[in-house]
Amino acid sequence: MEIRSMHFVDRVRQRLDDPELQRNLTRTRGRNAAARAASLGSLDDFDAVRTRATEIRASVLRDLDLWLERFEQEATRRGATVLWARDGDEACRLVIDIARRHDVRTVVKAKSMVSEEAGLNAALEAAGIRPVETDLGEYILQINDNEPPSHIIMPVIHKSKEQVSELFARIHGTPLKTDIVELTREARERLRPDFLSAEMGISGGNFLVAETGSVAIVTNEGNGRMCTTMPRVHVALTGIEKVIPTLDDLATLMRILPRSATGQAISNYVSLLTGPRHEGDADGPEHMYFVLVDGGRSDLIASDFEPMLRCIRCGACMNHCPVYQTVGGHSYGWVYPGPMGSVLTPLYQGLEKARDLPQAATLCNQCGVVCPVSIPLPDLMRKLREKQVEQGLRPWFERLSLRMWAWAAARPRLYAAGARFAVRYLRWLADGRDHIQAMGVAPGWTSQRDFPAPAAQTFRDLYAEQQRRSGR
Amino acid sequence: MSSARDDILGRVRQRIGRDPADLADAQERLARTLAQPQSGPRPAYAGDLAARFIERARALISSVDECPLATDVPQRCAGWLQEQGLGRDIVVAPVLADLDWHAAGLATRIGAATGSDLVGVTGCFRAIAETGTLMLCSGAGSPAVNSLLPETHIAVVPRAHIVADMEAAWRDARRELAPWPRAVNLVSGPSRTADIEQTIVLGAHGPYRVHLVIVG
Repeated sequence: MEIRSMHFVDRVRQRLDDPELQRNLTRTRGRNAAARAASLGSLDDFDAVRTRATEIRASVLRDLDLWLERFEQEATRRGATVLWARDGDEACRLVIDIARRHDVRTVVKAKSMVSEEAGLNAALEAAGIRPVETDLGEYILQINDNEPPSHIIMPVIHKSKEQVSELFARIHGTPLKTDIVELTREARERLRPDFLSAEMGISGGNFLVAETGSVAIVTNEGNGRMCTTMPRVHVALTGIEKVIPTLDDLATLMRILPRSATGQAISNYVSLLTGPRHEGDADGPEHMYFVLVDGGRSDLIASDFEPMLRCIRCGACMNHCPVYQTVGGHSYGWVYPGPMGSVLTPLYQGLEKARDLPQAATLCNQCGVVCPVSIPLPDLMRKLREKQVEQGLRPWFERLSLRMWAWAAARPRLYAAGARFAVRYLRWLADGRDHIQAMGVAPGWTSQRDFPAPAAQTFRDLYAEQQRRSGR
Repeated sequence: MSSARDDILGRVRQRIGRDPADLADAQERLARTLAQPQSGPRPAYAGDLAARFIERARALISSVDECPLATDVPQRCAGWLQEQGLGRDIVVAPVLADLDWHAAGLATRIGAATGSDLVGVTGCFRAIAETGTLMLCSGAGSPAVNSLLPETHIAVVPRAHIVADMEAAWRDARRELAPWPRAVNLVSGPSRTADIEQTIVLGAHGPYRVHLVIVG
């Protein structure tokens, strides 16, 4: 997917000024957070499950080479073919090769964020193969001229039913519908023929289970089952970090993934797929492939950012992020939005292409608290900020200002005089009130809210006075 | 040029700092994890597992019927289908071919569902009380499509197959299933989506309704 994260500030500005988007974001704001909170009670001890889930993901990373080899061995033993891709381009080439080998003309796709990373749909189209997104949200985006998703599990959270309705009427040539049930039915009927006739299905993978060499796919709609049952060929495209040791670990992670994502105790469909159809089976693909993508992941191992590889893509961090909830997912400019995206985009695409993302946070740590695998997201954003400073990637104005401040701060008399002057100036602006409505030197501060007026005396003066009074 | 596989695994080993001298220990650690899978913390249930399963299944908007005698299952299904106005045409998984579906007045085909079947009937390997979930394993006698393509899915659930949680179901699967099935599908109620305005709609791509008949 094309990266636009370098234009974060402009994109945010457009989205804050878009009343329709703001209405749509407001409609669903906080709903997932509330659903998650309500669902935790059905686990006796959520923290214990979270600790265990964290442990599982962390332990895999310590021996990732061996777990991947083990996974490959089990998957191969059961008849699947395991392929490896250094990056998204290589993944696209491998998938196109598979498609050509099996005379594939249409591909039905279940949701795969890795395929978004790789820009797979565009690559398939360029190779003359028709990709059909089948997750309702992803389908809506695809027919809307390949619009990117704005959330990792609710890709069209930024759209209203009226917008979907207008789109369906325009693309399908059907009468305008306003009922969500009817819209869903229309998509179901559109996609059924493709499910039944496509030669190949592409899925992502929520987890790769080393014990059995299987991919676990979690969906509510059933499109994941369709894509992996009906076509002759199934390709599971996922990142190398998704491997987990055993089926018991899958059980633990499935207690925490749907609760964190949508507040469900379990998703409707969890499919564990292992190899191609057996002799005598009435259904299932004749060929099964895994494409395991690195795409920057191996670089994170044993680095400050390794905890990010524990991520299970639940979306809880964005559902709880005050910034994401206000600016929407498209502002972030690449595949992954919200706090996890603010960490992943600079790491996978380069810090210089995503300068503003690590800054796009209040560091309130709601994301860190709700993360089901305990990723310290604010710490990681802070580390990225440090890297930006080290690499000289901050704007010249900020660098100059900080240098000037440091110079002044090292000269106490000058600093005290400056502080006294600033207090006088701000109190003059406040004009007797306890707040400032418009600040001429930094208008951005007061464009959305008031700035509090300072106390009459600086801290240093107050301290000195008290010292004098107590006779010291 | 080295292969992508060697490059990726080489890079992972280098980042981990894999020391060949410790390899045997690490392999031993893996073997132990796989030989004795560790369960995580699990919610405990007091009381009847079947009651818990039924309560959870209903919460997921599955309908539930209880039928003490296996031989009565076709009749009960026929009654439910009639009550719901869902016709008499059904496609039944081969594992349930022994039940007398025709005698119950159902136009029955034994085999795998196609896109035009409206009612699919399956058995179930295990049922999970914690979440009200069915564990369906694909095989010659139990096609995966019967719980997927038709608008209505009826599952026959032997009471003795109800277990506490997913861990217990996997334990039974490890013990009883050889070869390991191509697809293990954990099904929790009818297919649904909330993609448009986070409004839940049943029947996204899979069945609109799931009906469970608890036997025994």
